[in-house]
Amino acid sequence: MKIVVCVKQVPDANAVRRIDATTHRLDRSGEGALNATDVNAVEEALRLKEAHGGEVVVASLGPAKAVDSLRKALAMGADRALLVSDDAAAGSDLVATSYALAKAVEREQADLVLFGQQSSDSDGAVLWAAVADRLRRPLISQVAELSVDGTSVQGKRQTEFGYDVISAPLPAVIAVSDAINEPRYPSLKGIMGAKSKPTETLTLAGIGVEADRVGTSGSRTSVLGLAPPPSKGDQVKIEDDGSAAGSLVDWLAERKLL
Amino acid sequence: MTTLVFLEHHGGAIQKGALGVLARALAVGGDVAGVVVGNGVADVAQSAGAYGVSTVYVVDDPAFEVPLPQPRVDALEAVIAASGAENVLFAASVLSADIAAGLSARLDAGLNWDVTDFSLENGELQAKRPALGDTVVVDVGWTSTPRIALVRSGAFEAVETGGTAAVHPVSVTLQGFSTAARMVDQIQEQASGPSIEDADVIVAGGRGLGSPDGFKLAEELAEALGGAVAATRAVVDAGWYPYSTQVGQTGKSVSPKLYVALGISGAIQHKVGMQNSGTIVAINKDPNAPIFDFADFGIVGDLNQIAPKLAELVRARRG
Repeated sequence: MKIVVCVKQVPDANAVRRIDATTHRLDRSGEGALNATDVNAVEEALRLKEAHGGEVVVASLGPAKAVDSLRKALAMGADRALLVSDDAAAGSDLVATSYALAKAVEREQADLVLFGQQSSDSDGAVLWAAVADRLRRPLISQVAELSVDGTSVQGKRQTEFGYDVISAPLPAVIAVSDAINEPRYPSLKGIMGAKSKPTETLTLAGIGVEADRVGTSGSRTSVLGLAPPPSKGDQVKIEDDGSAAGSLVDWLAERKLL
Repeated sequence: MTTLVFLEHHGGAIQKGALGVLARALAVGGDVAGVVVGNGVADVAQSAGAYGVSTVYVVDDPAFEVPLPQPRVDALEAVIAASGAENVLFAASVLSADIAAGLSARLDAGLNWDVTDFSLENGELQAKRPALGDTVVVDVGWTSTPRIALVRSGAFEAVETGGTAAVHPVSVTLQGFSTAARMVDQIQEQASGPSIEDADVIVAGGRGLGSPDGFKLAEELAEALGGAVAATRAVVDAGWYPYSTQVGQTGKSVSPKLYVALGISGAIQHKVGMQNSGTIVAINKDPNAPIFDFADFGIVGDLNQIAPKLAELVRARRG
């Protein structure tokens, strides 16, 4: 079974994140990291490979330095990496990104395409459904438990109401919840081995994507401006000396919140 | 110019969040129509009239009996073609996010998500979208039609106005791949009491409650306040409370009038799910917990002492 895991490099959790006031794009110049919930998708792919055999390919769209984040997935055990990197892709929205990523995935002819739950930089939790539609493949998202037999995949999907158990024929697109597993840490051997694993970097032309389908020209949304969030009013903070509950009840009653 | 609002429904009732988006769309102006997709949903479609919408497009087919997203992309595509709609609005949910994103790809139509407000500027839809952990508010637009938006859950209140809706049936051709996924089983795992999306008051518990048993404190206070109980990611992962109550980045976004956080540190992953609450109260023993930065009323102290006393005083006050 061939599994492609779509991953993204995001600004490191400890880095200060900012949107450039001129370009309206996220500043990606600082330290990057493999998006945390994508690690769950890599882990799930590795477990499926361990159970059923096959190959795990990590694929990403991003700047050239995103290869560092792909290497983490290789260190965990993925077999090879595919990075589509092209200046023309900068600033791509969902329409443009899903188009380019679907082209990259199509090229791999995978049985299973996996996504993580959410990107920490854009708070997006939508890409998989757009890619599944472009690939014209069945989709199961928010999957907290996954099993595969020869021809189909079954996922337990977390919803607002409980769980839906959904089955789909392969090939399929699956987005996993971060509750699905506890990802492994790369071993020293894995880290050393990652350096010699195949890492392919392609341009958009290399995957058959026309330049006007990505970046600003391929996007259908725009950023018009940035503003600071609305500020909070007066805040109260007290230390409990036995009377705090009483003070709070009075405060809530004054505001008609009881 | 027509704006469609997708009216997600479960168990015969339209979701409160979708009705909130509908109320906002009607207030913003232009022609607004609802969309109801389901199996045998004429009554559900009619019920939308009470919320002020006069036109509801209905796609009725056995394929929509279960809440799978992909056939609903086909349905929305058909309704957009039939109505000539320029704007398509969804209240964010597990189901609607997948539909909106699938539709975005299908029509090469821009999707803005996490929208907290929208308006018409010179007749064109614009929206506000907090980003980077809500440290910045981004004004977003669309460069072509249709424009698709996913509105953050709890952003708007439903407004019951009375009225009736004219129902327009739309037929759909389902794509083969859209119907390939199959529902095997549905397991309801609703916590007892009101659901957190519908509650005006939420009492949420975090690790500071100490154990699954500690949630009794949250439940007792919620009962006194007439509210629902929610939980953080950490305690849901630890199995203390069901996922359906999880608030935060990987759970639900809520915006009750009152949010009481018990033993919650206020990590950004949690903050993004509840910071739109009207009033935030935090009780935590750690004076440096980040939640105090955005709580309206913070108490530093021992939950085991404060929470029961609070419940007792609230009960006395509410009679």
